Amino acid sequence: MNLMKTLLGAVAAAAIGGAAMAEDPLKVGFIYVGPIGDGGWTYEHNKGRLAVEEHFGDAVETVFQESVPEGADAERAMTQMALSGADLIFTTSFGYMDPTINVAANFPDVKFEHATGYKRADNVSTYSARFYEGRAIQGHIAGKMTETNKIGYIASFPIPEVIRGINSAYIHASRVNPDVEFNIVWAYTWFDPAKEADAANALIEQGADVILQHTDSTAPLAAAQAKGGVIGFGQASDMSEYAPFPRVSSIIDDWAPYYIARVQAVMDGTWESTDTWDGIGPGMVAIGEITDAVPAEVAEEAMAMKEALADGSYHAFTGPINKQDGTVWLAEGETADDGTLAGMDFYVEGITAEIPN
Amino acid sequence: MITLERRPEPSRMWQALTPVLAVVLTMIAGGLLFALLGKDPFEAIRTIFWDPLFNPQFASYSRPQLLVKAAPLILIAIGLSLGFRAGIWNIGAEGQYIVGAICGAAVGLAFYPTEAIYIFPLMVLAGAIGGTLWAMIPAVLKIRFGTNEILVSLMLVYVAEQLLASMALGALRNPDGGGFPGSRNLQQYPSAANPELIAGTGAHWGVVAAFIAVIAAYVLLNKHLLGYQIKLTGQAPRAARFAGVRPNVLIALCLGISGGLAGLAGLFEVSGPAGQISIDFNSFYGFTAIIVAFLGRLHPIGILLAGLLMALTYIGGELAQFMLGIPSAAIQAFQGMLLFFLLGVDVLSNFRIRIKPKQVA
Repeated sequence: MNLMKTLLGAVAAAAIGGAAMAEDPLKVGFIYVGPIGDGGWTYEHNKGRLAVEEHFGDAVETVFQESVPEGADAERAMTQMALSGADLIFTTSFGYMDPTINVAANFPDVKFEHATGYKRADNVSTYSARFYEGRAIQGHIAGKMTETNKIGYIASFPIPEVIRGINSAYIHASRVNPDVEFNIVWAYTWFDPAKEADAANALIEQGADVILQHTDSTAPLAAAQAKGGVIGFGQASDMSEYAPFPRVSSIIDDWAPYYIARVQAVMDGTWESTDTWDGIGPGMVAIGEITDAVPAEVAEEAMAMKEALADGSYHAFTGPINKQDGTVWLAEGETADDGTLAGMDFYVEGITAEIPN
Repeated sequence: MITLERRPEPSRMWQALTPVLAVVLTMIAGGLLFALLGKDPFEAIRTIFWDPLFNPQFASYSRPQLLVKAAPLILIAIGLSLGFRAGIWNIGAEGQYIVGAICGAAVGLAFYPTEAIYIFPLMVLAGAIGGTLWAMIPAVLKIRFGTNEILVSLMLVYVAEQLLASMALGALRNPDGGGFPGSRNLQQYPSAANPELIAGTGAHWGVVAAFIAVIAAYVLLNKHLLGYQIKLTGQAPRAARFAGVRPNVLIALCLGISGGLAGLAGLFEVSGPAGQISIDFNSFYGFTAIIVAFLGRLHPIGILLAGLLMALTYIGGELAQFMLGIPSAAIQAFQGMLLFFLLGVDVLSNFRIRIKPKQVA
């Protein structure tokens, strides 16, 4: 009888222990390059984090660290997060690539997800969005809307992702307006409102009446608003506080579905190292509402392009497209392969600037 | 009525006490700030000051990281303190740090993929020379044309940042990096790497150099004629001239030494913890070191302690961010408070507080 009791007790204890294990929430960490209030890139990643919390409730615990510099500090931030018991860590900027790989090697049981990079390992996945699809739509609207035929572009770092965006915007702007000129300023930052405002003002003074930005703050839109008669687009986030003018549309990064899917995969034990590159179709890239400041006909064309990009009937890089030096890149009807796009380090024909190096 | 009366000599007791007082005041004001943000102030302060050192979950990693973070701060601050004592204000250590890193990394990368024992020493030399030469620009301009070294050295930081970007994108870019900016990773090139010397301690060559610099500065200031001249120039410039101090030589020496040490710090960082030249390789060590120099009272031992304390607030601040959800801006404000209170309570070293009866007019 006593033996029976002991055994039953042991089974019960094991069951309780097992239940406690199952209820132990999955800890998900996020490393951000900017402050969560940047209104752009980091803001959207943080929205993804909040969506994970809402979706899984008590089954997850999320932690984050913002404004982490892309260098030795990033490695420490990730290590400390892993030490604190995180099971899955999203590192959300290109510059975290080597640190992510280094830290992941020390924590084989922790899963890492690095945004916009190209280095993977057994416990490191990469993910990015095809922002260039959104740039195609922006380029189309910009080419139609500009009156001075000068479009200012605030670029961050000369990495393939940014160059791809410039090319995509230029191709689609110049298709509807062959006289269009791109003036590109390199800010060498992802988030610095003062620098971004300076860049926007300089571009406007040089005659640009459309500002495109690949930096994360709303400062360029604020500069456009102050100047008047200049339009811009929300970057990474909708930035609808500047709608309907100067913000006439936006590219929105929607990370929530991806984050939820990856957290689910870890819970189910089905997580694998993958390389995800999704665009408008799967919903990772969304186009913010096109406001009334854009003529109805242009808006309709833009929406049609969005549909075509989403269902795959149109690729944003469809030939004929020449490289800047005049050599043929894509023949008539040919579309770019992902490998070339991922490592894009050249401008297309017509852009007069040079990629800094 | 409370009045301040200048002390004939700064009080030695208060000079020793004020840094401690400043830390205590920072904890109180910081605690209030965290409380206003809805966080438990005691838990926050404990997370910042205690957990990196003693929390069993983190300490074995955080403690060595303290040395990694403190070493460049101490190395740079020691150099700066010499000039600051003599009234020579090198504000541009950040730029010298960058240029030292670029020069050192360039030498290492020039030998890639040769493996040889002399490569790392050559890189160290190049790092020191690079930083020194960058600091000689404000020195020469000051000596020849009487320009203000504060402005020139500060402006050269922005020049150095542009140079860094251009190097990461051009001359030093990793040819196997698929067009992405950034140099090869020196950690993966054994002859050029600055690894942890004893596993689990965090100590790399930069940490060793920082300790040597502390000792050397101590000896210099206490036993060497140059140290005497530096101190004398700071306290009584006219008397210093009569004592045979040549101000131009002193300017060149102070800026040169601080630039050289900043360059070394950059080299040890790029070949060690950072690993590569990238566009935003610099992380404000050069500016933070100014705080460290003053927090340490421009004294070598003080700087050693101040550097470790500053590193603690960084690492503990990071823990507080993701453990307690404190925004990074609040952590930065907390660090800023430290300098604010230090300068604020400094008044106690130089002045005596007197309470006088109100005089009738």
